[in-house]
Amino acid sequence: MTAPVIEVRDLRKTYGTGDTAVHALRGLDLTVARGDYLAIMGASGSGKSTLLNILGCLDVPTSGRYLLDGIDTVEFGEAQLGILRNRKIGFVFQSFNLIPRTSALANVELPLVYAGVRRAERRARAMAALRLVGLDDRAHHRPNELSGGQQQRVAIARALVTAPAIVLADEPTGNLDTRSSQDVMGILDALNASGRTVVLITHEDDVAAHAHRVVRVVDGHIAQGVPA
Amino acid sequence: MRFTEVLAFAVRGVTANKLRSSLTTLGIMIGVASVILLIAVGNGASQSVQQSIAGLGTNVLTISPQRAQAGSSTKPLTTADAKALADPVEAPAVKSASPVASTSATAAHADVSYSISQFIGTDPAYFSTTNSAVAQGALFTADDLAQGRKVVVIGATVATQLFPSSSPVGQAVLVNNIPFTVVGVLATKGSSGLQDADDTAVAPLSTVQNALTGYGSLSQIVVQATSADTISAAQAQVTTILDGRHKIGFGATADYRVLSQEQLLTARTATTDTFTVLLASVAAISLLVGGIGVTNIMLVTVTERIREIGIRKAVGARRGAILGQFLLEATMLSLFGGLLGVAAGFIGARFTIAGITPVIVPSSVLLAFAVSALIGLFFGSYPASRAARLRPIEALRHE
Repeated sequence: MTAPVIEVRDLRKTYGTGDTAVHALRGLDLTVARGDYLAIMGASGSGKSTLLNILGCLDVPTSGRYLLDGIDTVEFGEAQLGILRNRKIGFVFQSFNLIPRTSALANVELPLVYAGVRRAERRARAMAALRLVGLDDRAHHRPNELSGGQQQRVAIARALVTAPAIVLADEPTGNLDTRSSQDVMGILDALNASGRTVVLITHEDDVAAHAHRVVRVVDGHIAQGVPA
Repeated sequence: MRFTEVLAFAVRGVTANKLRSSLTTLGIMIGVASVILLIAVGNGASQSVQQSIAGLGTNVLTISPQRAQAGSSTKPLTTADAKALADPVEAPAVKSASPVASTSATAAHADVSYSISQFIGTDPAYFSTTNSAVAQGALFTADDLAQGRKVVVIGATVATQLFPSSSPVGQAVLVNNIPFTVVGVLATKGSSGLQDADDTAVAPLSTVQNALTGYGSLSQIVVQATSADTISAAQAQVTTILDGRHKIGFGATADYRVLSQEQLLTARTATTDTFTVLLASVAAISLLVGGIGVTNIMLVTVTERIREIGIRKAVGARRGAILGQFLLEATMLSLFGGLLGVAAGFIGARFTIAGITPVIVPSSVLLAFAVSALIGLFFGSYPASRAARLRPIEALRHE
């Protein structure tokens, strides 16, 4: 068995100081093995979004250890975290977060541009990613010309175009109707089936049911782990 | 991450809001165009002054009366002074000294009347001293001067005003109701600064003093040195002779002033330089205002696109890439404005502005254009660095 993709030890995150300090994470431990499909559940304010932001290198913990693909990220500065986000992580947001007035193809190409991939290769890889989510015929449409479900599929294409070590999804179906949710979850299932590690946040049981493993975050701790 | 890609992002950013971008560009364009144009106007004015002074010749001294110190008497310049200056023994460097009495006068022919700004009474040597050539007819002669004949040589402007369709030579004009015969028309000299050098008429001094000004003081004595090299010797001799005649003691302020063309040029150039600096600073202010417009728009743009910046950072954009993108957007706005401004400046310089033909100074074009490019970098750097410093998690939360 290879090293886990994610290894988190005693992770703490505190916002503010003194009496007004908010402890979002209070010594959380979590291990995600390669090829795993994990759903993180928890009530609003339980710290699950903070956890995912730290896992996605968008935020830094106050203390604790976080090994991403064997790399200790705690000492990393902003520039190095940017490289990690680019190379190792594919992030899918609840609100899609596509760049407006920019074609689906250009949105998918974006991480490759910042990775310094050449134009021709970039185009080919972005088209392949769009094909994977079934949107290669919509490559030149802008986000406002796509449905919510299609926009989220473009976002997934963008997340996986760099072949990241892990795909993180923050309530990926939160803004979608049932039909689109099923499409999106189908794509995430297929990604995991092809060997990609997927971690998602949700508060819907039927979405969590897609995962192999579900953990609950309560008050900044992992409350229970249920092996699939 | 290559430059061309950052450039492509910047182009997309600028073209996303075309109206706003073009208004910002307009601000820079007006600034650059006014810098180029106003400097060209100042330069044009100073060139025409220089040309008209150079047209007078480099070996000419102009003596004009000036108020002496309080207490001492002021003697007027007289015809006798002029005669003394032409003495070949006392003043060997002086070729000729023409007394000049000038006044303004109203000339009439048939039912047309015209007010001549400079009606000059002098001697025939004046024409060669001031490089005045005759275009039609002839100049008046020493004999005309001696006899006090009522003859006049008119400038080109006066000729076209009084004789729009016929040849003026041989015709009679009434100057302040005194009949004169036009014997010649001077070749055109153009304007000297804001004054029309062709708006003139020249008659024998004796006639002018008799009919118009009276036999009092002269307005000027125009001295021609034997050559351009003897001008300082001539100036010294003129000063010695006049000091003697006007009894100016050592160290006292003279009641006359001797100016060479060079000194006249320096004085006039200093005036037009001040004028140019004034115009240029007004223009520079408008360029500055344009630059502040760029900052303003870029700040709005950055605020509007915080989420976009967050997305870019989330997928791995480095600080430098964001900084570069927004700096390039600002620079493109101001460079484009600069280019349009240069074009507008060149077009504007083809027209005569306030009677002055603008002459574009190449260095001002280069300067204005370079400044417009730097404005993008300078005024864009604050908004761009604000964009680059944003933390991805906060930028993404921004609504």
